[in-house]
Amino acid sequence: MATITDFTPNEMMTIAASRALSNDDVCFVGIGAPSAACNVARLTHAPDITLIYESGTIGTAPNVLPLSIGDGELCETALTTVSVPEMFRYWLQGGRISIGFLGAAQLDRFGNINTTVIGDYHKPKVRLPGGGGAPEIATSCKEVFITMKQATRGMVETIDFYTSFGHGDGGDHRQRLGITTKGPTLLITDLALWKPDPETKEFTVISMHPGVTREQVQDTCGWKVRFSERVEETPPPTELELTTLRELQARTERAHGGKKGR
Amino acid sequence: MAKFQSLQEAVRDNLRDGDIVAFEGFTHLIPHAAAHEAIRQGRKDLTLIRMTPDIIYDQMIGMGLVKKVVFSYAGNPGVGLLRRMRDAIENGWPRAIETVEHSHAAMANAYEAGASGLPCAVFRGYRGAGLKDVNPEIRSVTCPFTGEELAAVPAHRPDVAFIHAQKASSRGDVLIEGIIGVQKEAVLASKRAVVTVEEIVNDFDDLHPNLCVLPHWTITSIVHVPGGAHPSYTHGYYERDNAAYLEWDKVSADRDLFMQWMKTNVLEAGPEAFAERVKGL
Repeated sequence: MATITDFTPNEMMTIAASRALSNDDVCFVGIGAPSAACNVARLTHAPDITLIYESGTIGTAPNVLPLSIGDGELCETALTTVSVPEMFRYWLQGGRISIGFLGAAQLDRFGNINTTVIGDYHKPKVRLPGGGGAPEIATSCKEVFITMKQATRGMVETIDFYTSFGHGDGGDHRQRLGITTKGPTLLITDLALWKPDPETKEFTVISMHPGVTREQVQDTCGWKVRFSERVEETPPPTELELTTLRELQARTERAHGGKKGR
Repeated sequence: MAKFQSLQEAVRDNLRDGDIVAFEGFTHLIPHAAAHEAIRQGRKDLTLIRMTPDIIYDQMIGMGLVKKVVFSYAGNPGVGLLRRMRDAIENGWPRAIETVEHSHAAMANAYEAGASGLPCAVFRGYRGAGLKDVNPEIRSVTCPFTGEELAAVPAHRPDVAFIHAQKASSRGDVLIEGIIGVQKEAVLASKRAVVTVEEIVNDFDDLHPNLCVLPHWTITSIVHVPGGAHPSYTHGYYERDNAAYLEWDKVSADRDLFMQWMKTNVLEAGPEAFAERVKGL
């Protein structure tokens, strides 16, 4: 498959994230960047992947990306649609989901996520939407992937609120709280791929996207970045991957009247 | 036993000042027309329950009807933040509101516990999460069989639930199709339930036996409001008006613009306007 050099960091992020998913996965999909990545995976190398959105749609195959978590497109293309209590009790809490795919407003080096408030909880500087399904997605899915664009205001030394728990203070913090799932195992940004260190659980850069430098990764991250002993270069998007993503986005734009969600 | 009423009568008879009320809908079937009638009637000091407070709660909060919101995700779906709710939380405009914040799992479980007649919901949740430090209603119980510590939250028992659905039969049975959210649980957890519907049909004789149907004796009031979910959507009737959600981001960003919009589109309009709004969607 031919590779292409003309792509944006966002496209690289989405495609790198899509590659992390496999045909056998049952994936709980967050809206926005995770949703694009999951559907690119489905339309390329993982046609049988099961995509689940918290509105209750199981095995959905949207032709365009949903603007919200409960778009009609998700229900119309799903194998079945269950109630929201059933979704959270039987399917998520019941341990049926292999991967939870989350975005983040604020993230720390241990994969803890804040989407609740900036500033003090009781006197917030900015009141964000809140956790939604994330607190239990983070602990009930077998593992968690996180995707976000790098920026110092997003990737911070200390998050203002623990909306969903990653590896806490690192090490065996999850086990100490009685959490039996793996938690964050992969962070996909617009610049790099990160995996938690096996011991400390701190996110460590294992691969940088084509043309990205260590300085760029550090300058857009609020904590001192650790690089793996061997840092790979992420393979650039293939023609199939890029065409699939761009066609999906073009269809989405047409379907939503030329207006896109976040 | 379900009564067929006008929207004005249904809200007048079922929603009182100080009530705990759930206007439910998960992106789909959001009861906009019913919320607008509550605003026109000027109810006060309401406690609003909702998994995903969106435009209608932004509107009710901005118009000063609300003293407290119990929720798990407060956003304009697919667009961003709720600007009127933020203004109330951050600046106390038009009045300060109290918030009780949960996760989706907790809210869904709390509705289910309410529908089940239980005092609380028990589930595996909130592990490591910050909400249990700021919400005193999040507690824990120990499983008497395994010793596992589980999260517990009080059941939701609203005074009244408002939902929108596709169809009612002439007896007042209600059919909900598509993304069904927590509406069945919200109705069964509530003392009273008001349902706005797209259509009233003679009977449900030809329906598939496993569809989501609420019997007429679980419903207090049925109101025929075609388009009553707009700008949300009704599966099988009309699509989501995404442009209206994007427009709300601009309208709600400014207090004066918001008040003007509410005057024109809510205070000086009626439920009959909704049928017009969904034409072509």
